[in-house]
Amino acid sequence: MTGIRLVRQREWAFPPAPVRREVLSATPTGAADAPPVLFVAGFGQGAWVFAEHWLERTAERGFPAYAMSLRGHGESGPAAKATLRAYVHDVTQVAASLPRQAVLVGHGASALVVAMALARYPARAAVLVAPVFGGVGAAFSALGRAPLGTVPALFGRPLRLRRGLLLSREVPAADARRYAARRRGGASGRAQWQLVAHRAPEEPVGNPPVLVVGSPDDRIAGRALAAVAHRYGGAPLLFPGMGHDLMLDARWQEPIDAILDWLDKPGQ
Amino acid sequence: MTDECAAPAARAPHDSREVYDRGEAVCVIGAGGSGLNAIKNLREAGFSVDCYERETGVGGAWNWRHDRSPVYASTHLVTSKPLTQFPDFPMPDDWPDYPHHSQLLTYLERYADHFGLREHIWFGTEVARVEPVGDGRRWDVTIRGSRGGEPRTLRYAAVVVAAGHNWSPRWPSIPGLEEFRGQVLHASAYSDAAQLRGRRVLVVGGGDTGCDIAVEAAQQAARCWHSTRRGYWYLPRYALGRPTDQAGEALRWLRLPLWLRRWLFARLLAVTVGDVTRLGLPRPDHKLYDRRPVTGGQLVDHLGQGSVTAVREVARFTGDGVEFTDGATAEPDLVVLATGYRPVFEFTDPELLGIDSDGCPRLRLQLFSRTHPTLAVAGLVQPAGGLFPIVHWQTVTIARWLRLWGSDPQRAAALWARRRRGSERPYTRNRRAASGGRRLDVDHVVYLRALQRSLEELGAAR
Ligand SMILES: Cc1cc2nc3c(=O)[nH]c(=O)nc-3n(C[C@H](O)[C@H](O)[C@H](O)COP(=O)(O)OP(=O)(O)OC[C@H]3O[C@@H](n4cnc5c(N)ncnc54)[C@H](O)[C@@H]3O)c2cc1C
Repeated sequence: MTGIRLVRQREWAFPPAPVRREVLSATPTGAADAPPVLFVAGFGQGAWVFAEHWLERTAERGFPAYAMSLRGHGESGPAAKATLRAYVHDVTQVAASLPRQAVLVGHGASALVVAMALARYPARAAVLVAPVFGGVGAAFSALGRAPLGTVPALFGRPLRLRRGLLLSREVPAADARRYAARRRGGASGRAQWQLVAHRAPEEPVGNPPVLVVGSPDDRIAGRALAAVAHRYGGAPLLFPGMGHDLMLDARWQEPIDAILDWLDKPGQ
Repeated sequence: MTDECAAPAARAPHDSREVYDRGEAVCVIGAGGSGLNAIKNLREAGFSVDCYERETGVGGAWNWRHDRSPVYASTHLVTSKPLTQFPDFPMPDDWPDYPHHSQLLTYLERYADHFGLREHIWFGTEVARVEPVGDGRRWDVTIRGSRGGEPRTLRYAAVVVAAGHNWSPRWPSIPGLEEFRGQVLHASAYSDAAQLRGRRVLVVGGGDTGCDIAVEAAQQAARCWHSTRRGYWYLPRYALGRPTDQAGEALRWLRLPLWLRRWLFARLLAVTVGDVTRLGLPRPDHKLYDRRPVTGGQLVDHLGQGSVTAVREVARFTGDGVEFTDGATAEPDLVVLATGYRPVFEFTDPELLGIDSDGCPRLRLQLFSRTHPTLAVAGLVQPAGGLFPIVHWQTVTIARWLRLWGSDPQRAAALWARRRRGSERPYTRNRRAASGGRRLDVDHVVYLRALQRSLEELGAAR
């Protein structure tokens, strides 16, 4: 119970500005008892990254599936000065608009956004895919590995990462180029800084089970997987050989099937 | 201590009837906002819950279809969204700052569906009796269909009362009211502005409801008088660039001391509305925030346009008129009494909730029975902000507390004994302000801090 704050004057006094939010969906055929699954695209990405493969697959397996873009991303409304709190607000707004209590799935930096949203919305369960929880150490190692992409981010420019960091070599070059061309919008400079220096997410409400999924060969999130999983009292589910963008990689089906199997387990 | 009396004593009052034991399940009375929230948070903590609701739908006061709903066609929230919603289920961004009552019903219905609460609710079922059994920690709850039917009794590990307190009209005793030949309505029976059209209306009561109805009368009635007992602080809906309650929170977040916040808002009113006595209103007889301020910006506008006349407290009714305490008179043909509601708990013995002559329960933390640790009342507070953020943490506290009775009764008993000794003070900023019939008033920050301490204590006890 430690650390829980009942008096939230800042949140009461300064609600984030309303914004249009892009939400894509895929509906399972037949009556679905399964909870809705909401995929949250990471920094610099839009809901479409899930619409490529995972959304359909999730619906095929009987879960109502949704994917959203944070403000300033994809087809969501612009938000040049968005804060992490505004992104968290986006996630809780969409989650609460779904017909049933939802499972939240966050990718990359949006895994952190989802982890924060868990303190403001009692998710049925949560999955953190290739989580980037940021912090100063992670920022330095990103600088070391991808200086050309990272340095501009220090000045509030969008973080640009080489394709090689995001996808494995198994992805055909044409697909990789097509994905790169679809980027629209990105995290605000402010949010990028907050990713470096933020307080640890508050305790989740409603005690949801949390699964961490990633690839040990993901050069962005791979090294931190065990540490993130440990926070939630588990071990990460690993898919060696894949890049950071598990949902776009050539073997996209393995992780999503593993996630859905986990959700199907009784008690989840 | 349990065994010697449990079985025989429990059966005694119902020996003719069967008592169905629901084991560790918790009984929730009412499926308004507070009851729905109690079901959700108790289920989240792992309890089985049976909720009984006399009506056929959820939403309680906000469901205008209910006979006892106090809302009228034009009711809008007086508290803005962030201070009204449950802290873990936000209202949609595309709703207005101050939603309409029908939106609040939609919100509560969606809450019920989102968390799958309806399957735990028995609609059209009224709780007729709640009695402690055994050592006073378990409960026999007698229910019956709202439209009649055989009563049944079930036994529960705990009872959470969420029956609301805004449905039983408080009738003032004013001399001559019986002789008055015009029509007299309590605000609870007011539902639509058509009731006011072309009438000569006197609205009695300076609360939010009284102001709302006076504003409607200003637009519909032939004449409108608004009678208040004292001077109030009428706040506009917006201040400092945001909804007024959010502005108040911003100042508290900045840690401005109370005197400075008072000064700021008083200045704000002084440079906009100015001296209210020019409008015929009495000067406020208390400092701002000592009582709940009234959302009355629109009323002030109508006073300024002469479509509402401010009058003093009613001294007496005569056959066809009214006399006020300052000697003025008026001849209304319709009197609307917006004099509030009183809490009523027909199904328990008054001692269980510490109800005494004034009809107001005395509870520990304004939440738990002082004598029976597994009996709680959710939502029996009157905050200046919204009710639901407070109810949420109340029911979280109830759930934690009941968990502790289940997992570590000794520890729970020790905590309980400690609590019983501690003395209760009002959860308002100004302790004197909470006296005199306003005992349900709480300052949300003071009260939430008290709940937080209580939760931390329970957390440490785990
Ligand atoms: C005009 C008006 C305006 C308001 N505006 C605001 C506002 O702006 N913001 C705000 O936060 N609050 C406002 N409120 C306060 C409002 O009362 C609360 O928001 C909220 O509706 C209270 O919910 P509740 O569940 O505690 O009680 P209720 O909504 O009254 O629900 C109680 C339920 O219990 C059921 N019940 C009662 N007895 C029994 C029984 N014996 N057996 C079975 N069922 C039973 C009833 O049928 C009812 O459904 C306003 C109130 C009024 C009257």
